[in-house]
Amino acid sequence: MNETPKAIAGPATYLDDRLGAGSFLKRNLRKVFPDHWSFLLGEIALYSFIILLLTGTFLTFWFKPSMGHVEYQGVYEPLKGVMMSEAYASTLHISFEVRGGLLIRQMHHWAALLFVAGMMVHALRVFFTGAYRKPRELNWIIGVLLLTLALAEGLTGYSLPDDLLSGAGLRITEGVAISLPIVGTYITFFLFGGEYPGVDVISRFYTLHILLIPGILLALISAHMVLMWVQKHTQMPGPGRTEHNVVGAPFYPAFMAKAGAYFLFTFACIAGLGTFAQINPIWLFGPYTPADISAGSQPDFYMGFLEGALRLMPAWEINFLDHTVPLSVLIPALVPMGIIMTGLALYPFAEQWITGDRREHHLADRPRNAPVRTSIGMAAVTFYGILWLLGANDEISTHFHIGLYETTIIGRFAIFIGPAIAYWITYRICIGLQRRDQDILSHGVESGVIKRLPHGEYIEVHTPPAEDIAEHMRGKKQIPIVPGDDDKDGIPPKGVRGPIGKLRAAASKFYGTDHVPLDGHGHHDGHGDGHDEHAAVGAGDKPRELH
Amino acid sequence: MIGTGISVNSITARRRRHPLARLAVVALALGLLGGGYAAAAPSDSTADAAVASGKADDVAEGRSLFVAHCASCHGISAEGTSMGPTLVGVGAAAVDFQVSSGRMPAADPSAQAPRKPLGEWVTPEAVRQLAAYVQTLGGGPTIPTKEMVSGGDAAKGGELFRANCIQCHNFVGAGGALTYGKYAPDLNESTPEQIYEAMATGPQAMPVFNDSVVKPENKADIIAYITQVRGQVDPGGFGLGRIGPVTEGLVVWVAGLSFMSLAAIWITAKKRKRTSK
Repeated sequence: MNETPKAIAGPATYLDDRLGAGSFLKRNLRKVFPDHWSFLLGEIALYSFIILLLTGTFLTFWFKPSMGHVEYQGVYEPLKGVMMSEAYASTLHISFEVRGGLLIRQMHHWAALLFVAGMMVHALRVFFTGAYRKPRELNWIIGVLLLTLALAEGLTGYSLPDDLLSGAGLRITEGVAISLPIVGTYITFFLFGGEYPGVDVISRFYTLHILLIPGILLALISAHMVLMWVQKHTQMPGPGRTEHNVVGAPFYPAFMAKAGAYFLFTFACIAGLGTFAQINPIWLFGPYTPADISAGSQPDFYMGFLEGALRLMPAWEINFLDHTVPLSVLIPALVPMGIIMTGLALYPFAEQWITGDRREHHLADRPRNAPVRTSIGMAAVTFYGILWLLGANDEISTHFHIGLYETTIIGRFAIFIGPAIAYWITYRICIGLQRRDQDILSHGVESGVIKRLPHGEYIEVHTPPAEDIAEHMRGKKQIPIVPGDDDKDGIPPKGVRGPIGKLRAAASKFYGTDHVPLDGHGHHDGHGDGHDEHAAVGAGDKPRELH
Repeated sequence: MIGTGISVNSITARRRRHPLARLAVVALALGLLGGGYAAAAPSDSTADAAVASGKADDVAEGRSLFVAHCASCHGISAEGTSMGPTLVGVGAAAVDFQVSSGRMPAADPSAQAPRKPLGEWVTPEAVRQLAAYVQTLGGGPTIPTKEMVSGGDAAKGGELFRANCIQCHNFVGAGGALTYGKYAPDLNESTPEQIYEAMATGPQAMPVFNDSVVKPENKADIIAYITQVRGQVDPGGFGLGRIGPVTEGLVVWVAGLSFMSLAAIWITAKKRKRTSK
């Protein structure tokens, strides 16, 4: 009865003898994955990427990456007889004449948006839970590279149909390239094969878009997954969870079923959007001509922050040794991107330097328990968000009847003030949430049962929190602080000497000081004795008269 | 006249001494002179327009409408005040555009008068009378006929539309922002006549695209493109306002990621073990 049927055992043995698959599977199929909904967010990006590869391949069957001029003779009436590039004509052909072409094109575009959005929320999850800490710094850097490459992949893909909107994006790309000091002109001529727009850029972007960048993306995603597999996934603090184990479901069958289901959800989301929501209607934009530009020309959302930076920037320009340095383009093109991407890449190392924490971490932090990190993160999100929002300032102006200049002026202030306010608010919320945790741990949760005490006072009975929730809260760990106090001879410890060392000691103290220690504060367990309970009724100074 | 002069004389010979004869001669001479002048004089737009855009009654009626609804800002003789520009020479087209779209009379002197529901007195008849009156003030572009705004070539119009219009009005005419509180309005509510008149008269922030810039037949092409595209059913599903990637980004974050997050929460949800009481 327990014997494996021959039809299965035969090929299985054959493969096992040659690939060693059996022992590999034995080792890995039982791999345990922790369970938390936010751990699935990265999979949105993974599955979107798979859908991107499939739909993208379909599109290459008909797309012609050529800027050769043709007269449109397809079925779309309002463009009949109009001269356009072959790239644009073939995209119209895919949209209107290839069976299922429009659906696949729309799915490809929605999947691209979901790909980047999924990466962003995944990165935020990793950041706010401190899951980038040792030993996962390198995987974090791979993630930052993936995000950067995804932007490049999006930009090249956005340009391919050669419609009026994509041309506007291409023109900004050219503007940024040509604004680079010294090398700008050379880079531009190299990229476009001569004067803008030339006849080469679409075919060049095509190669980058379908071959080089996806190739690197695929390699990096594989590395990302393998590292995650080898290093194991972080887990949220909870009962039985330590730095040395992983509590969750085995890969086979439970996690595989969940991952499979989540792929289908991703597919459903993209197919649903592709079916019901029109995206990038290139036939409405018309073919690209450098002379034409439309109001409301916007990039896809992930480029919005760069667009916003460009729109916010005052028209600064300096003349250096007879060379124009257009700061109004250089700064918005490079600075926000630099702050965000470099900041992301360096954050794990900066944190290690500040805290002096070189331990391995496999238990994730709850965002509230690392208030400075969480607040820095929210300040960055606000910085990004304001730029992103202002990238659409013309649409905001039109649809909400706010003056265009007002949006720009507000944005110029908000970009500096907003992150500071966000930092402060987040910090206060984190401290408040920590106090709430401490309160629940020391006083329990309200049970809804009102008790009358012998002397007439009414109190609400508090019960201890559920064990898993309590464990989750007790998972808070002290952030290390580098020792900064001088020894008895007045000599500061090694590593915090000199001005940089002093800065480090101060930053460390700021970063790691715990304002709401879980077991501090002298709050003893107040259950039963009543004096510490919240009185429901009858509390106060009024004399109580019981009859 | 000369040939018939003799016979007239012979017929009326007995009455030449009639007391009223002198009066009749003077009247005839004046009539001939006036008629001859009217026929020979260059056809003046002022006189012509009153005839072209209706009866002379329309002008009188239009003037009283003007005094009632427009004169407070534009001046009693449409000479303009600090509140509103002169209307001498703007033409019937400008009046028809502004009044039939509800922009005029303006509700308040803001950066730009918005399209709004028409007042009760604004009937096609009233607009025609008002236009006829303003046309008499100094000529200007006239209201286009049905033939002038139809039968254009949409593909040709699309090219002109992209070259001349979309930098303010957006690629499907959904509108766009301009400086100092002004904006390019949504074209999808405009009638073909209003689009034509806007091009001919350049209302508010819009430049004038007169007949030497955009020929009348090209105006019809542009109108054909706008009306054809706005009548289209979006082949890809909901059009999301046809304003480009802004709403697409909104949809992927609000709908897409919410859906995916809910799915993740659902997939990883565990039944909480009830603590026994």
